[in-house]
Amino acid sequence: MSKNNVGVDISDDILSTYDYKPFAGTQLGNPVSHRVAPTVRAQFGENKVVDSIAQVVKAEVKDGMTISFHHHLREGDQVFNEVMQVIIDAGIKDLTLAPSSLTNVMNDMVVKAIQAGTVTHITSSGMRGSLGDAVSHGALKTPVIFRSHGGRARAIETGKIKIDVAFLGVPNADEQGNANGMTGDAAFGSLGYALMDAKYANKVVLLTDNLVPYPNTPASINQTQVDYVVKVDQVGDPDKIGSGATRFTKDPKELKIAQMVNDVITHSAYFKDGFSFQTGSGGAALAVTRYLRQAMLDKHITASFALGGITKPTTDLLAEGLVRKVMDVQDFDKGAADSMHTNPAQQEIDASWYADPFNKGAMVDKLDVVILSALQVDTHFNVNVLTGSDGVLRGAVGGHQDAATAKLTIISAPLVRGRLATIVPQMTSITTPGESIDVVVTEIGIAINPDRQDLVAALSHIPGVPVFTIDELAAKAEAIVGKPAPIEYTDRPVALVEYRDGSLIDVIHQVKE
Amino acid sequence: MAIKKTALAGTLESSDIQITLAPAASGGIQIDLDSAVASQYGDQIKKVITAALQGLGITDALVKAVDKGALDCVIKARTIAAGQRALEQTEPAWEVL
Amino acid sequence: MAETEERLRRTMMFVPGNNPAMLKDAGIYGADSIMFDLEDAVSLQEKDAARDLVYEALKTVEYGTAEKVVRVNGVDTPFYKDDVRAMVKAGIDVIRLPKTETAAMIQELVKDVAAAEQEFGRPEGSTHVMAAIESAKGVVNVNAIAAASDRMIGVALSAEDYTTDMKTHRYPDGRELEYARNVILHAARAAGIAAFDTVFTNLDDEEGLIRETKFIHQLGFDGKSVINPRQIPVINAVYAPTKAEIQTAQQVIAAIAEAHEKGSGVISLNGQMVDRPVALRAQRVMRLAQASHLVDEEGNYVEE
Repeated sequence: MSKNNVGVDISDDILSTYDYKPFAGTQLGNPVSHRVAPTVRAQFGENKVVDSIAQVVKAEVKDGMTISFHHHLREGDQVFNEVMQVIIDAGIKDLTLAPSSLTNVMNDMVVKAIQAGTVTHITSSGMRGSLGDAVSHGALKTPVIFRSHGGRARAIETGKIKIDVAFLGVPNADEQGNANGMTGDAAFGSLGYALMDAKYANKVVLLTDNLVPYPNTPASINQTQVDYVVKVDQVGDPDKIGSGATRFTKDPKELKIAQMVNDVITHSAYFKDGFSFQTGSGGAALAVTRYLRQAMLDKHITASFALGGITKPTTDLLAEGLVRKVMDVQDFDKGAADSMHTNPAQQEIDASWYADPFNKGAMVDKLDVVILSALQVDTHFNVNVLTGSDGVLRGAVGGHQDAATAKLTIISAPLVRGRLATIVPQMTSITTPGESIDVVVTEIGIAINPDRQDLVAALSHIPGVPVFTIDELAAKAEAIVGKPAPIEYTDRPVALVEYRDGSLIDVIHQVKE
Repeated sequence: MAIKKTALAGTLESSDIQITLAPAASGGIQIDLDSAVASQYGDQIKKVITAALQGLGITDALVKAVDKGALDCVIKARTIAAGQRALEQTEPAWEVL
Repeated sequence: MAETEERLRRTMMFVPGNNPAMLKDAGIYGADSIMFDLEDAVSLQEKDAARDLVYEALKTVEYGTAEKVVRVNGVDTPFYKDDVRAMVKAGIDVIRLPKTETAAMIQELVKDVAAAEQEFGRPEGSTHVMAAIESAKGVVNVNAIAAASDRMIGVALSAEDYTTDMKTHRYPDGRELEYARNVILHAARAAGIAAFDTVFTNLDDEEGLIRETKFIHQLGFDGKSVINPRQIPVINAVYAPTKAEIQTAQQVIAAIAEAHEKGSGVISLNGQMVDRPVALRAQRVMRLAQASHLVDEEGNYVEE
């Protein structure tokens, strides 16, 4: 048994069985690693278009392989279910499923694939709903491995994830496989996460409902990487591709939190000309972007870049000249996707460029300010974005661990949700270490990580922003909701949570019935 | 005291709890709880319901509680309202409030 | 007049009495007063449940420094007596009587409140009252109403019912309320209590809210009733003093302190005498400045 850097006891058995080192801290030094390369079968201009998924599956997918998908089509995705059904029908067993993440629309199909024995291993950014339930109650024999977006890029580059076949839905492609995410009915903007699969998978299968004349430009994925192009009826439902969270919130509690987040940013030393930021999606984050816009106008400040998952309020700042560059790994709404098409200052970046800790420099390393969410925050500032208060999987690491390495990392979260406390003495799992969290903002006030005395000095006297210790916030939350009964777990691990460098930050166990 | 008739209080809105009481001749207070936070707060919710009913002098009842994340004060208020409706009392229960 | 120390009452936020989610969060938005509504926001079938709910919320939920007000059902309803008793037992700060038309109604309420204080062992005189003026008769009698009791802390205009009674409705320019607003305000000031303006109902018309708030601020109202927390910062911004006002107020207060130190009876600033109204205004400006987060704990102006 050894204790990792966030105090989690990890058994030697897990460390040796799954070949892990315990998480040792956020300072990674300058690790040296070797990149792997995919197997390439040369082609010479033959038409790569095939009519059926079944044909490709028959030719390429074998028992025990690793297959991958991207989640850029989010809840509108129609590729995943179609391909998985074909694979299940083909009777293929023992696959490792290694998508960039799993959205709700995929849940039931994954459960089905697990029940059929088709899928026996999963690595993902997250999972929720019926799938999260099933896995938390022990549906898989081997634990799921959760990785951040940067961690997945690292794992792919270093061969920890070895993708045999990648099935990548695209809103346009030519017959050789030149494709981008920007035009077509199912346009979703940046292909950031899928670019890793295109670069490193042994076989790359594009699926599109929009075959365009050769050569297709601009090409984010290009023909040197692609083995097959499959014509399908529809890759995604345009109405469900956007995250839907892009309208300015009217929830007064979210607005109050957003106002305080904005106050924290603008009173920090980082709010100066040329600063960089990442806000993400969700009501409060979008409201912050609006408040930040006003603050930037008032102070005549422009940002050097905005990073990460991009929304229309952010691309509006780009159009307005308040942000010089948008570095775009995914787009959460149609407006942001359209802007990528029309504005050359909106640069598509892959997951490695965005956040990989083992490359020669990721964008997150240059990030000044990030606003992140949390399901739970503990009194050591550790954050959980994976499991609910009942211990069941219902979230995703996303870029949380990666972006949290920014100079000013702000967690924006309500003190309580319904009867559940967000700030708690003990979380159900740890995703991001408190070492990288600087300020927690709730509707009643903020807590500043005592390791950051510079921030304590800068943020302790903002009018209208009460400062509490994190223990005080936890106590206030408990005073409202009461003390919960502890969740009971079995000894069986259902998920391993990697830190972005591939060390083990937490082990999630099966919840007791 | 046993209750005279079936009664309900509360809604299915977020942060509320809907309490339905039905007569039972014996068997004490039996609670069927439906709550997303049952694993953390199930025992506490039942404790609050039982105490509020006992405060009204109700010893036997079938209770259906559909919880939407209600705090204890809401659970108590809804149970009292349902209990008084079931007892056909209109004067507030000063000793329980 | 119920209290000598003047309290800021820029916003009185309405909270429907039968809504647990809103009762839970009502304390976090910085409303100067929170008004729990047992009357119009609660259907007839739910009067008992709402009363139980507000009672339990008042006993357990943290509402900070906000003044806690409850709007009970009218004296002509079967709910009135129990509403008053339950809310006094819960320790409410202020009972707001709807549809107040005569001073006698307030005196009746005060009698009921006093009896409830005794019944439930609450400190005598700890429960204040206020009147909502919702009819022509109420406006006509508002002078007597405002002065009806030592427990009175304010009068509020409720324009929806009032305009109906006047055979008109609300217009964007508010001219239909001119008389009522001025009469109510004068009655309040003459009695030394607060005056609350009516609600602004169009949540999406922020400019309209600003326009109306500026107008009633100019008239001299203490503040406005609000139906959504989003309106609170908008109204507070209108009531925020300017930098020049704050600096003048600081000079006045400094001059008073200096005069006290010297033991001088006559206070002057820049050759002008600082009399009582000037001193009171300076104190009010500083209270507003602090509430608007424009000065720090020591009263220094915060440079944005």
